[in-house]
Amino acid sequence: MPLRLCESARSMATVTLDGVGKDHGKAQILGSLSFEIADGELLVLVGPSGCGKSTLLRCIAGLDELSRGRILVDGRDVTQAAPRDRDLAMVFQNYALYPHLTVRENLAFGLKMRKMPAAEIAQRVNDVALLLGLETLLERTPQKLSGGQCQRVAIGRALVRTPKAFLFDEPLSNLDAALRTQMRVELKRLHQRLGATMIYVTHDQVEAMTLADRIAVLRQGVLQQLGTPTELYERPNNLFVARFLGTPEINVVDGKELMQKQFMATLPDRAVKVGIRPESIHFVADGKPARVDLLEQLGWESLVHLDCDGVRLVARVSANAPTVGATVGFKIDDRALHYFDRDEKRL
Amino acid sequence: MKPSLAIRISIHALLLAACAITLYPVAWVVKTAVTPRQSFSPSPNPWPSTWSLSNFRDVLGTHQGATWLFGRQLLNSLLVSASVTIVGVVLACGAAYALSRFRFIGRDFSLRGFLLSQMFPGVVTAIPLYILLDHLQLLNSLAGLVLVYSTTAIPFCVFMLKGYFDSLPHELEEAVLLDGGTHFDAFFRVILPLSRPALAVTALFSFLTAWNEFILAATFMSRPASYTLPVAMQNYVGDFSTEWGHFAAGAVLVSLPVMLLFFALEKHLIGGLTEGAVKG
Repeated sequence: MPLRLCESARSMATVTLDGVGKDHGKAQILGSLSFEIADGELLVLVGPSGCGKSTLLRCIAGLDELSRGRILVDGRDVTQAAPRDRDLAMVFQNYALYPHLTVRENLAFGLKMRKMPAAEIAQRVNDVALLLGLETLLERTPQKLSGGQCQRVAIGRALVRTPKAFLFDEPLSNLDAALRTQMRVELKRLHQRLGATMIYVTHDQVEAMTLADRIAVLRQGVLQQLGTPTELYERPNNLFVARFLGTPEINVVDGKELMQKQFMATLPDRAVKVGIRPESIHFVADGKPARVDLLEQLGWESLVHLDCDGVRLVARVSANAPTVGATVGFKIDDRALHYFDRDEKRL
Repeated sequence: MKPSLAIRISIHALLLAACAITLYPVAWVVKTAVTPRQSFSPSPNPWPSTWSLSNFRDVLGTHQGATWLFGRQLLNSLLVSASVTIVGVVLACGAAYALSRFRFIGRDFSLRGFLLSQMFPGVVTAIPLYILLDHLQLLNSLAGLVLVYSTTAIPFCVFMLKGYFDSLPHELEEAVLLDGGTHFDAFFRVILPLSRPALAVTALFSFLTAWNEFILAATFMSRPASYTLPVAMQNYVGDFSTEWGHFAAGAVLVSLPVMLLFFALEKHLIGGLTEGAVKG
């Protein structure tokens, strides 16, 4: 890897959101968000479609105006600054490469805009091309590139400027499944190498869990939880976060029903719903009997759909999956249960 | 599935027939132009029995005193059409981009206004425009004609270009803004270069409209030296007789620059029309 680029790309910065909010007419798109993205951190903004994650990213980039609050980059208030004055780079979902320019010209565009000397532009373009494996594609136009190559060029265009922070707006969602996995790994590796501050928007929880140093879960413009992937998975703040993270989705059962059907002897005060992760269900010979309703075999593991006295659960087993229609005994790992109150908040 | 030979032959036969029907009147005009007579030929055969370039020589050699009239009128047509094209496309570019990308007070009103101006045939405005040009002392002036033609060319160009700009993704401009550019950079360095096909189509249609326009030019221009070519052709149509040979030769000569322009821009024309249709 070119050392020069690696060194210069380490121009990291903190990004601070202070009561950031956005309205569209009378509709509130973003509530009032306050948190900080640390130097060199990869923060993933995740949530369902329409939750405001892309809007938040665009506000940070300066492409959309805020209705309230402040954005600080390295302590400098950039709320009113034009996008070009924020020194942030963004990778768009549809790449947004300039179709009439070659890969080399695409990479050099931002540097020319900033009036960098030609020799330095050429050097940086070559360094980035080498880093991302674009050396042989430099004279091609975007029409002659595959989806993955386009995405690499888009990342290169952001990288070549060595901005204070990188913004990614669902950059992998236009790629097929195999390429998405490959690019995800490359992005993770790139972040480890450069140690740059990155804010990454996705609706894909697998991307969020695998890439993030921390994850911010948004719902209808309101922050639901901010923490490491493990924290969010193991101690979700509410039922929404619990349901959003994890494949297959967490089993959510009515607490009273579990008591009535003697799944458990006691229930904490105010607990209304109980969340059971599929991997917390274990098959044992002397466990509670359940009928295997459906089997989803994934090769390395199987998802077993159980019907236990009308309560439907999904269990994840790594080997020896039972057959459909068989009766199996199971038990639930009590320590892994998640209890939620009437407002779906964690107890 | 590839169509069978019989179907392909039928399709080609139909296309040939359509071409023949389309080209027959053109061939007939060419025949009249190269036949050394001033009357209609009663024969339906489009192939001339005698050949002569005398009609072309007569038309090209028209003089008024020491002035080479045809050359002057050709220059008038070229100047007016080129000016209308430049004024139309240049002004429309900025307007269309603003209407496509920005939301501002009066935007919808402007769009409806442009649309409204396209709803009436040009001849409806002939009298008010005549009075206006008279007040401005622009009758018999090429500048006056450019002004009048521009009033119809600009709305047309705005609509054509706005439609194309709408089909270009906003992210391209946003990428420029984040790359350190301004809206001007986005417009001049990315949007305009990408819009070459649409610009070519718009320019060609503006040029053609001005080149072929007859009624307004005939109304506002009363001196032969100020005529554009379509008005000059009218001179061959008299009250009692028509010089069909000269008229046809003139028609062929007037069509030549437009045909050359079409051939030169053919690639852009096809690209421009199809790209605008499938993007988005």
